[in-house]
Amino acid sequence: MQFSERWLRSMADPAIDTDGLSHLLTMSGLEVEELDPVAPPFTGIVVAEILSADKHPDADKLRLCRVDAGQGEALQIVCGAPNAAAGMKVPCALVGAVLPGDFRIKQARLRGVDSFGMLCSARELGLSDEHAGLLALPPDAPVGSDIRAYLDLDDAKITIKLTPNRADCLSLAGIAREVAALTGAALTLPAIPMVAPAIEDRREIVLDAPDACPRYCGRIIRGVDARAATPAWMKQRIERCGVRSISALVDVTNYVMLELGQPLHAFDDARLTGAVHVRFPVPGEKLELLNEQVVEPSPDTLLIADEAGALAIAGVMGGEHSGITLDTVDMFLESAFFSPDAIAGRARSYGFSSDASHRFERGVDFDLPARAIERATELILGICGGRAGPVVEAVSPGHLPRREPVRLRPARARKLLGIDLDDGRIAAILEGLALTVVRDGEHFSVTPPSYRFDIELEVDLVEELARVHGYDNIPTPPPRGALAMLDDSESRRPAWALCHRLADRDYQEVINFAFVEEAWETDFAGNPAAIRLANPIASQLAVMRSTLLGGLVGNLVTNRNRQQPRVRVFEIGRCFRRDSAGEPVPGFDQPLLLAGLAAGPALPEQWGAPARGIDFFDVKGDVEALLAPACADFAAVVHPALHPGRSASVRVDGEIVGVIGELHPNLVQKYELGSAPVVFELRLDALVRGSLPAYRPISRQPAVIRDLALIVDDAVRVEDLRRGMTAAAPEIVKSIELFDLYHGSGIESGKKSLAFRVLMQDTRRTLEEAEVEAATSALTAQAAQEFGARLRG
Amino acid sequence: MENLEQMVAQAQADFAAAADAAALEQAKARYLGKSGSITAQLKTLGRLDADARREAGARINQAKGLIEQALDARRSAIREALLAAQLAAEALDVTLPGRGVGLGGLHPVSRTLERIENLFRSIGFEVADGPEIETDFHNFTALNTPENHPARSMHDTFYLEGESEVLLRTHTSPVQIRSMLEHVERFGHLAQMPELRVIIPGRVYRVDSDATHSPMFHQVEGLWVGADISFADLKGVVTDFLRCFFETDDLQVRFRPSFFPFTEPSAEIDVAFMGGELEGQWLEIAGCGMVHPNVLRHGGIDPERYTGFAFGMGPDRLTMLRYGVNDLRLFFEGDLRFLGQFR
Repeated sequence: MQFSERWLRSMADPAIDTDGLSHLLTMSGLEVEELDPVAPPFTGIVVAEILSADKHPDADKLRLCRVDAGQGEALQIVCGAPNAAAGMKVPCALVGAVLPGDFRIKQARLRGVDSFGMLCSARELGLSDEHAGLLALPPDAPVGSDIRAYLDLDDAKITIKLTPNRADCLSLAGIAREVAALTGAALTLPAIPMVAPAIEDRREIVLDAPDACPRYCGRIIRGVDARAATPAWMKQRIERCGVRSISALVDVTNYVMLELGQPLHAFDDARLTGAVHVRFPVPGEKLELLNEQVVEPSPDTLLIADEAGALAIAGVMGGEHSGITLDTVDMFLESAFFSPDAIAGRARSYGFSSDASHRFERGVDFDLPARAIERATELILGICGGRAGPVVEAVSPGHLPRREPVRLRPARARKLLGIDLDDGRIAAILEGLALTVVRDGEHFSVTPPSYRFDIELEVDLVEELARVHGYDNIPTPPPRGALAMLDDSESRRPAWALCHRLADRDYQEVINFAFVEEAWETDFAGNPAAIRLANPIASQLAVMRSTLLGGLVGNLVTNRNRQQPRVRVFEIGRCFRRDSAGEPVPGFDQPLLLAGLAAGPALPEQWGAPARGIDFFDVKGDVEALLAPACADFAAVVHPALHPGRSASVRVDGEIVGVIGELHPNLVQKYELGSAPVVFELRLDALVRGSLPAYRPISRQPAVIRDLALIVDDAVRVEDLRRGMTAAAPEIVKSIELFDLYHGSGIESGKKSLAFRVLMQDTRRTLEEAEVEAATSALTAQAAQEFGARLRG
Repeated sequence: MENLEQMVAQAQADFAAAADAAALEQAKARYLGKSGSITAQLKTLGRLDADARREAGARINQAKGLIEQALDARRSAIREALLAAQLAAEALDVTLPGRGVGLGGLHPVSRTLERIENLFRSIGFEVADGPEIETDFHNFTALNTPENHPARSMHDTFYLEGESEVLLRTHTSPVQIRSMLEHVERFGHLAQMPELRVIIPGRVYRVDSDATHSPMFHQVEGLWVGADISFADLKGVVTDFLRCFFETDDLQVRFRPSFFPFTEPSAEIDVAFMGGELEGQWLEIAGCGMVHPNVLRHGGIDPERYTGFAFGMGPDRLTMLRYGVNDLRLFFEGDLRFLGQFR
């Protein structure tokens, strides 16, 4: 809501300056978003009349003017404006004047002629960008008067951001009420006399939907001059409220809406047939609106209609064919109360909003229509002439909003706010806001006025108390409360611990959008049934991700384009899939996943380590470190995004928790990645499950180490072989670890050599050579039998 | 016997001339070896009578002692020279860069979220989270925002195709309801429930995109419900948090009346720094208020017995202020040159 400070001060004028007023409004809940002076500072500019304008003797484009600036004698001023003409009233900067930009006017000599001042354009005064010529003032402008006073330039345009509960402040009168309540300034609202009917003509009004429209006032005014000029003062006020002047009749309806908060609508009475109805649409009914949009109103859209058909959407927008025009002679003026529920969301459903719908859906004073129609009539008759008929009011009192008394317990208010506010002060604050306060034993019974739609509960009153008392005046004590230690399970790892572990292993965390390109879902998740947004902001952000991998590949592309060859990123984020068993929101599984991607050189480029590209086992090591101390099982897996021979499922405690692998060559090519990144994705819930460390005695007996080099077919998987041997190993074998893998000279093709280090130990005694030999033989035999392994000679 | 003195002098000279351990051992043999001159001297003692032997023996041994002393000195000098040469040869260019595997880092907003969690945990807040595809009921209705309520137009909500009951949550507030219901389930049987103190960090979604709005962004919800929680407590906790978060007391915090359907009274929280680039400007940082009685009821809590406050703040904004980042979009672009600055 934008308004003129001067207009406001005509109703409530507290003894504070503009900045003080702005602060007051902000701190009472009417946040001032913008504060623009109407004109920049300047001095010494007065209204002047050009007495004569002759050609400059020595310059084609300059005029030599004689000007009456109210200085006693005429001034000689040289002027370059093409529109300078005798008889014109213009702003004149006298010698000594200071224009915007600290531009000082001095006596000057222009092409040999003395000039005693400067005639000004609108731009030179900082009023607009207009600089084609001098600012022409009305012929009745009083010569010699200060231009700031004459044009009322010591004013500011204030824009407040109103929260939806404060519809009562969508008018000057409303803001003035608030300012008066907060400061104690006197409130002077415009006096509204009843306009006595000069004619009998009336149009009947039928409330077909009285719960949606319980009050409607209408009046015929005949013989108006729709082409009359809007008075300058009215034009200036509405323009300083951000409303464009259109025609006198339209300007009056806007003026009254700004002044009192009542949206009005003016129909061309000649276009109406019979009684006015306020009703819901009949099936198939169509209506062309003022904005030339043709709509078929939904069944819950309230209409203004006559006996021939729909005229307007009630409280939202008028119709193209029933409104006033410059040719209107007889008009029908509407001033009604529409229930917020009957208006809310309707304009939005047709894709626009209007000043009227904005107000009605938040709540307009239901006692206002009759006063507002009188105010508008008075103004119309004064500006456009005409004869007014009687006001016809249709009302369904039972359907008007109720203002029930609300109980306020002062002790409760004090407890909720944490302040000492005595009963007297409480009553004074509420009465200052024009609430009716009645003592009821220890409590108050408080009834709000018809313009407040936000006071239904005790807490609503408590908020009013806090607001007027001032949030700043509520203390700020240090936090206090019952101490209680938090659960801090050692066997769970906070996600932050995982983040730090990955960061320590050279991964950078990223945060990507949860909505992605649809192709990513097919490419990286093989998900043809992605969850689609109904209203995405862009087509490439249209579906909810079920995997984080697409985003990470996107990060790789972004960084490759920015000359970053080495990319190691991870993200923790929610992913989304339809799942009938999903919870807590039925139908959707929304697990938090952790995914990583590594591409480019394994190590940062450096002098001390040979350069090599990242590979599957680098990243597998990272995943193992992330899961540690849990030991995961990795098994070959087929995944739509991964190289079929270089990908594995990750299983912990028998449960598959994720996947790791090299990106599929097709995707490497499609996304122009050059070399294949290695990626992993794990369920976070599996990662945060840790375990409590448990002590096992350390053997004091010497350990025996034997190395076992076995030759097997290439197809034999190391982990299968290791497990086979472990299963067959006697108890003294504590670990079997691979320490070398060899292909090449000495090993026939299709075979590989695997070197295992076997550690044997007993907790109570030194091992004997024979036991060690027996254990080694058992392992070799098992390897030979199950995997066709033979000892390397 | 001048001979002995000459011998000692000669030995000292020979030892000093020995360039390495082998030459020194050869020189030693000339004096102390089996056929060395000192050894030869000692062999002559047997031919002398007892007095003369004693006297000559003493002189010879004194000379031998001097020679051995010279030998030891030379030996350690050679050893030290050798070590010094070795050390010199082994010297490194210590200015070469260390061998490294590189170090990653957390996202700047994550740094903020982790700090926020730690600060609130330090005064007894637990951390909770909730679903991002949320029901319309939890996101709006239970938060006192019925259908067609004008406040719904404050949220430009993402909806899912073919779904009328679910949406992408527009704020973390729905988790208030989930947390309260869970709290009541755990403690509702007690005569007096313990206080519910919880913060809820998470990602939220609104149809909005420019330099200061991202369609996905972060929020941290806070909720404190107890028998005696007031608006003053809200001011105290949030002010304390902001001073701790920004690590300065030179921070003005103001609470300004506002409106949210789920709190009453409601406030916006603005901060202003007393120095730096943003000095004196009021910056909107959070919304807050006393939990609306209807919301407490939806959480299964009797508003006559318990009161509470809630706040929702924007950690993205806090991160921008803290590190001087001027474009919100940088957070979601994944540019390593940007993200790598927060280590």
